[in-house]
Amino acid sequence: MSTEILDLIEPEIANMDCVYEKPDTLTDMRLHYCPGCGHGVAHRVLMEVIDELGIAEQTIGVAPVGCSVFAYHYMNIDMQEAAHGRASAVATGIKRIHPDKYVFSYQGDGDLAAIGTAETIHTVNRGENILVVFINNAIYGMTGGQMAPTTLLNMKTTTSPAGRTVETAGFPMKITEMVATLPGAYYVSRNSVHTPNAVRYLKKAITKAFQYQKEKKGTCFIEVVSNCPSGWKMTPLQANKWMEENMFPIYPPGEIKVPK
Amino acid sequence: MSNDNIKLMKGNEALAEAAIRAGCQAYFGYPITPQSEILEYLTDEGRKRGMIVLQAESEVASINMVYGASGAGARVMTSSSSPGISLMQEGLSYIACGELPCLVVNVNRGGPGLGTIQPSQGDYFQATKGGGHGDYRLIVLAPASVQEMADFVFDGFDLADKYRNPVMILTDGALGQMMEKVEFREYDPKDHTPVKPWATTGKPADRPRNIITSLHIQPEKMEEINLHLQAKYRKISETEVRYELMDADDAEFIIVAYGLVARIAHRAVELAREQGIRVGLLRPQTLYPFPSKALTGLAERIQGVLTVEMNAGQMVEDVRLAVEGRVPVEFYGRMGGIIPSPEEIVKALDKLIRKNVAQTAEAY
Ligand SMILES: Cc1ncc(C[n+]2csc(CCOP(=O)(O)OP(=O)(O)O)c2C)c(N)n1
Repeated sequence: MSTEILDLIEPEIANMDCVYEKPDTLTDMRLHYCPGCGHGVAHRVLMEVIDELGIAEQTIGVAPVGCSVFAYHYMNIDMQEAAHGRASAVATGIKRIHPDKYVFSYQGDGDLAAIGTAETIHTVNRGENILVVFINNAIYGMTGGQMAPTTLLNMKTTTSPAGRTVETAGFPMKITEMVATLPGAYYVSRNSVHTPNAVRYLKKAITKAFQYQKEKKGTCFIEVVSNCPSGWKMTPLQANKWMEENMFPIYPPGEIKVPK
Repeated sequence: MSNDNIKLMKGNEALAEAAIRAGCQAYFGYPITPQSEILEYLTDEGRKRGMIVLQAESEVASINMVYGASGAGARVMTSSSSPGISLMQEGLSYIACGELPCLVVNVNRGGPGLGTIQPSQGDYFQATKGGGHGDYRLIVLAPASVQEMADFVFDGFDLADKYRNPVMILTDGALGQMMEKVEFREYDPKDHTPVKPWATTGKPADRPRNIITSLHIQPEKMEEINLHLQAKYRKISETEVRYELMDADDAEFIIVAYGLVARIAHRAVELAREQGIRVGLLRPQTLYPFPSKALTGLAERIQGVLTVEMNAGQMVEDVRLAVEGRVPVEFYGRMGGIIPSPEEIVKALDKLIRKNVAQTAEAY
């Protein structure tokens, strides 16, 4: 936002009642994400839950390589930046040293379901007591919109310019369903952040996940089906609509594995 | 009299035992010959004595677990052999840039490719010149006995903490498998546990958050980080060089060799001296930093240098840089897992001497 606009609205804001605040654990740094991108909301929800549970001092996060590579600028907790795809291995290392702390990794679809697939599967298979937050925007945002393992069939990206075909690139990968089959996975959920209701569901899921982590139940895995207006070449509104109409049939939101 | 500190052990096991005694809190590794004894010993003995031991899904995973655990403040290590160490290179680059202390053991086997499980020194370049991407160095220790396989673990962890830098022990399968007497030093990890205010342990309200990262997107900042690393490496080069000099006082020729080869070269020195050849041995114990100054000094008063390695000629490049053309530098090497014999080394020495005589004659 330009400073002129801020100058205009800030005195107005000062006169308003505050009914919805930024969580303390979210820093004041302005997000670098594109307008309409889901990363910012996902960050916020994660930090909000951490605040509500009062666990900021006991939580260590792992930031991925991807658009959210700078997640540690926004999350006011101890964090480690991992190499591309290795977030859950790094999280494993941290958790083994601090089994009583809360550890989460935050990963994109390229990070988690392509280059880091082995680490993802084995971390869950060991039932590491961590939370994996998986942001699925069906594209490689950071590197400029290339095809991801989760890219939909016929979806256009810079490396599938005529649309993804099965012949050359196989099928959209449902890694969350795969992970859910592993006994090490305790809680698996698929959520989104495109409506206030969706945000509330995500919040519930993350809250449960940290609770289970406290009880050392195993890996909690939460996919957030998200958007990428820039990569998809759409306005934020179009992107969310497209996501609902095209992503949800393949990646339907809802709890996939819940404790018995 | 029984002494719990003196044992007859395989090199790999002595190394693993030293890691337990050095207070290594966690080990992450993946099986590969000829170093699986380290993983096995630690799984059994290490776990019994409180170490966290995790068999990872790959060396890529192990090195990144090391990154996480070291960043979380723990004393940690991994070990592997050549192909596995190749897989770790990206992680090592991140660890070096993030300035995370850790110990990495490479029980070098013959390559390239899947190669052979026999001993080799083919990974010298990879170990001493960085190995992964970007300008960084590991501190590289090269043991030549089971005793040093143990000693360098204690030293390695201490150096890693002192400089916040990854340390590599570069050894080979022969040293890993041979049995010798080893005496473990008195070492209380409590006296060797520095405070790590930078570690990610959970941010208390009264300190800023700790971030472990190697990402510095502003070029000026990235250059600053590089300058800082280079200054650290200079300091390491000035303070941490270690080598052993044998039979060098009256030497006219010097053999330079490290690790297993240095032991064989020492036998070659004895054989050559029986023939009246005045030859000594320089055995680098640190490969990075390399004992360049010692070699430069020697080059002022000797007639030639023979470098012997189990590779196609890697350390010899550092030898040449140190000698700077003062005297001829010859190389003798075997590859593919073949260990040179003392007799072969004496023959290579003869060749160097004959060449030297011929050159001197030409000069007149
Ligand atoms: C070893 C390695 N390979 C490739 C890259 C380049 N790279 C950076 S981010 C990225 C993909 C990110 O996509 P995703 O994980 O889906 O996250 P997003 O940016 O969409 O949030 C790639 C390929 C890298 N940094 N390291």
